[in-house]
Amino acid sequence: MDLNIFWFILLGVLLTGYAILDGFDLGVGIVHLFSRDDHERRLFMNSIGPLWDGNEVWLVTFGGAMFAAFPHAYATAFSGFYLPFMLLLFALIFRAVSMEFRSKQEMRWWRSMWDFGFAGASTLATLLFGVAVGNMMIGLPIGPDKEAYTTLLGLLNPFSLLVGAFAVATFAMHGSIYLYLKTEGELQQRIHRWMWTTFGLFLVLYMFTTMAALIAVPTAVRNFTHIPWAWVVVVLNVLAIANIPRAIHLNKPFYAFISSSCTIAALTFLFGFALFPNMIVSSLNPEWSLTIYNAASSEKTLGIMRWIALLGMPFVLSYTIAIYWIFRGKTKIGKFSY
Amino acid sequence: MDLDVLLLSRLQFALTIMFHYLFPPLSIGLGLIMAITEGMYIKTKNKQYEVLARFWTKIFAVVFALGVASGIVMEFQFGTNWATYSRYVGDVFGSPLAAEGVFAFFLESGFLAILVFGWDRVSPRVHFFSTVMVSLGSMFSAVWIVVANSWMQTPAGFHIVGEGMDARAEITDFWAMVFNPSSVDRLTHTLIGAFILGAFFVMSITAYYILKGRHLELSRKSFTIALVVGTLASLAALVTGHTQASTVAVTQPAKLAAFEGHFKTGPGTLYLFGIPNVEEQRVDFGVGIPGGLSFLLYNDFHTPVKGLDQIPPEDHPPINIPFQTYHLMVALGMFFIAITLYASWLRWRGSLFEKRWLMRVFMFAVIGPYIANFAGWIAAEVGRQPWIVYGLLRTSDALSKTVKAEEVLASIILFAIIYFFLFVLWLYIMNDKIKHGPEEHLATAAASDAGAPLLDTMSKLADHSGPSLLRGDDGKEGK
Repeated sequence: MDLNIFWFILLGVLLTGYAILDGFDLGVGIVHLFSRDDHERRLFMNSIGPLWDGNEVWLVTFGGAMFAAFPHAYATAFSGFYLPFMLLLFALIFRAVSMEFRSKQEMRWWRSMWDFGFAGASTLATLLFGVAVGNMMIGLPIGPDKEAYTTLLGLLNPFSLLVGAFAVATFAMHGSIYLYLKTEGELQQRIHRWMWTTFGLFLVLYMFTTMAALIAVPTAVRNFTHIPWAWVVVVLNVLAIANIPRAIHLNKPFYAFISSSCTIAALTFLFGFALFPNMIVSSLNPEWSLTIYNAASSEKTLGIMRWIALLGMPFVLSYTIAIYWIFRGKTKIGKFSY
Repeated sequence: MDLDVLLLSRLQFALTIMFHYLFPPLSIGLGLIMAITEGMYIKTKNKQYEVLARFWTKIFAVVFALGVASGIVMEFQFGTNWATYSRYVGDVFGSPLAAEGVFAFFLESGFLAILVFGWDRVSPRVHFFSTVMVSLGSMFSAVWIVVANSWMQTPAGFHIVGEGMDARAEITDFWAMVFNPSSVDRLTHTLIGAFILGAFFVMSITAYYILKGRHLELSRKSFTIALVVGTLASLAALVTGHTQASTVAVTQPAKLAAFEGHFKTGPGTLYLFGIPNVEEQRVDFGVGIPGGLSFLLYNDFHTPVKGLDQIPPEDHPPINIPFQTYHLMVALGMFFIAITLYASWLRWRGSLFEKRWLMRVFMFAVIGPYIANFAGWIAAEVGRQPWIVYGLLRTSDALSKTVKAEEVLASIILFAIIYFFLFVLWLYIMNDKIKHGPEEHLATAAASDAGAPLLDTMSKLADHSGPSLLRGDDGKEGK
């Protein structure tokens, strides 16, 4: 396989891994304030406690891999999204701080403050991820010098905000299903209703976003003409979405979680498929777009990096599987909890 | 407001990297002592070493978690603030960064799980193996990041493709890039700096216990292990520091001239201290050994050393910051050698732990390696200026073209806020752990060892009621 395509796919794998894994812990943060009392909030935080750290390693590795394989895309994207991205980093670290600080003191105002911080930072981070994806779909104002001269208001355009809202709904649903798996009793019954609510929101926004994408970014479907098998992913995506309410209804939350994970994977695939072979589209002139060829490192570097990836990825996967196996089961508050 | 993007971006990088650097060197140094302590347990079967290993593991996990949180920023900052640099060097510089993520980060995280809550679930040997792996993982991480940084100091294994605006470095020889002229020297010196920090950190905490009369036997054992590591590492730092200075003299003469305030080519004076006066081209209030620098580099007091006068003025680094930080580092290094040798001698004589004043010195001495590590890096990085990649790309040409000063200022404020919280949190948790001490853990360890059937223990672990990876045993209880 063409090394550039190999690396485009591998970045997609890292991004998918990140979206599925950090997706549910961000989702738990988004619905955090809907819980009723202190005990429930502690349960929520502890359900993701041991996991979020490892989940974020996927993002860090995605960043390193993008730097190495597609330095121009890395440079253009992160300098072009400067302020939103700094806010995103701030939000990601702030979540961690909120979780650590919250239960250190008994005072009500203290705990509420960090609860708001945790929920706000999780929602903001998710929204900004969505805004970034939205802007990547419609393209950035990239000139012939490969630089994107953006403005904050330009980045916060209606389409990208819609994708941002869609991301929030998706992760809220994903997180609710995760919480259903991790809780029991009366709380679990309430989360059962949240799953329906968030699924409803997700479905509505999914339809709106799909339509908006087809109108705003007509080129998103051009790859289907010469790679028709990709329709299979669309069909699987719809099936996975349809299976979420079915699994909730049949009270098989684990299948619902797998389905929402598959949905996120399919959406990430379709996002990459809409871009391919571009990395970042220029909204000014298609010829100025950064592609997997003109934004890439040399053949030699991509080859060296392939060995690094092939050697390392089995470790990455075994680590992830082991840690999730160890932390399976219901969350309980213990002596060592938040 | 007239703000300078270059200055602000450099300040931001300095702030974020220095905050981050509070943690990884401590993980490396403490990790080594943790592994040695557990190795002693495996060898001697003495339960006290196990208690100690468990205690240091708890502290280690907190340091490690903060290293991860502050490290996320580092991975992206090249793209956000230094986009031109990223385009120029991505082909060469990106692969060590990606390798660090794939090999080191995941290795550390993976074995950390067993390390922190596998005590009762795997055999002591398997657990020891995990500890060694985590310790090695933290060193691998240092390998890749110091290799990347060394390439910026002494680039090798690449060629330049394209011209003018499109010029960029492309890799020609991966191993020549990895083993560039300075990477081995700088890596060993960095690791040794981390070992000194780890040793002084352990000696600081145990000296505190000894002064308080708590955990006496455990503290003495741990202090002794750390003292051995600290003494050897302090002596080794002198050796690696010396070879590194010799390399710098050849590969980056401007940097060495700045370190030593060596303005005019000729026999070099080895200053103990002084204030370089750039305008008058001399060192004010300098006390030093004439010809000492020449002697150190060439074993001869008269061999000329290349001075700043042979280097074009536009390529001069700032002189005062590298000079002072370099001398501070060297002075602290001498202090480490003196105090560890003296303490070792007393330990051999058997009177070390009665010397209360010395214990008090050790309690605070942990600040020394922190300052020395920071000072060494400041000297190395400021001494490389005005280049971001030595001789190839100037720092002022490496910025993101699209980022405005106000945006950088805003992000500096954001980071300052969040780092303040993180720093307070770190002090709070450390204080908490240290106050609880190693023997509190002994009680819980004994309780959980009370013959619970394996499946029971496992289901407890899975239910989070037992010690858990990042919240549990490793150190964040009491929330």
